[in-house]
Amino acid sequence: MLEVFKQPWPWYVAGGLIGLIVPALLLLGNKHFGISANLRHACAACFPANIKFFKYDWKKEAWNLFFVGGIFVGAIIAATLLADPNPIQVDPRLTQELAGYGITDYSNMVPNDLLSWEALFTVRGIIMMVAGGFLVGFGTRYAGGCTSGHAIMGISDLQVPSIIATCCFMAGGFIMANLILPIIMRL
Amino acid sequence: METLQKNTPIISTAPVTDYEVRSQDTMCTNDSVQQHPWWYNFKYAAVGILFGIVFVKAEIISWFRIQEMFRLQSFHMYGVIGTAIAVGALSVFLIKKFRIKTIHGEPITFTPKKFNKGQVIGGLIFGLGWALTGACPGPLFAQIGTGAIVVAVVVLSAVAGTWVYGYFREKLPH
Repeated sequence: MLEVFKQPWPWYVAGGLIGLIVPALLLLGNKHFGISANLRHACAACFPANIKFFKYDWKKEAWNLFFVGGIFVGAIIAATLLADPNPIQVDPRLTQELAGYGITDYSNMVPNDLLSWEALFTVRGIIMMVAGGFLVGFGTRYAGGCTSGHAIMGISDLQVPSIIATCCFMAGGFIMANLILPIIMRL
Repeated sequence: METLQKNTPIISTAPVTDYEVRSQDTMCTNDSVQQHPWWYNFKYAAVGILFGIVFVKAEIISWFRIQEMFRLQSFHMYGVIGTAIAVGALSVFLIKKFRIKTIHGEPITFTPKKFNKGQVIGGLIFGLGWALTGACPGPLFAQIGTGAIVVAVVVLSAVAGTWVYGYFREKLPH
């Protein structure tokens, strides 16, 4: 039985369970699914700096920090008790492309060749981790949500702004992965 | 003429009210009015644990999976997001239709989101970061949980990005 859980889960199981988080949070306390807000709460709690955007009662939003803490613990459980010993399967076209940039390590879901402490001290690594993280934080708050807040919660509630935001997420991703990332990879 | 002007509501020059700011924030603050002891928050931690397990087991936190998605090499991520939206939409529909309340008896509320340019500009910026880091905000925390401690740098940088947005918010087009 445990063997079934240890294999990678198919998309329809994962999608269904993630979809159920929407009603779970609503039923548990009228909470709207959305994760990027916790980055704002972190700012409000630690560095409000008298900025109007960070002046609110972040303690009332503590549920979101517990939720994120749960994600962290859940990942530890999955990576230890439910770990799949096999290397992850990737489309051969991607493997071939990445091999051209010297990326061959598939032991981890976070590629050790790109996202590691050693890589952090290279130009490529700084762009990918520091600049990439900055774009995620700046962009999600500017857009008013991320994949969970807009693409899942927002579209589930049939919000047109969320559909527009999701299309822009995808557009940005396509531009980066196909046009800009190949240049960064060669650095 | 004087009276007419007084009675006509000013729309274009009206200051941004708290309500409008809130709709721009896309409901990331104060959804619920009920107050509970802090340890009630553990129920959200429990949902998070399930979410974290799904993130890892379905390889949603995989940088490679995100690259496959943006190169149209795999259906996996589209399947995950599509199924999640379908299940989420059905749930929201049922909650609205039967006016289902929370387990504490509080009515479940939805606030309409307002369109602003941020969803386009910010959306594109986030998309660039998503393909670069291979993670949206949720998976970042799961990646750290799987042992990729270096992703904490990405999270700190994301907090910095959020802070810089807050600092320049009034000057940015919305």
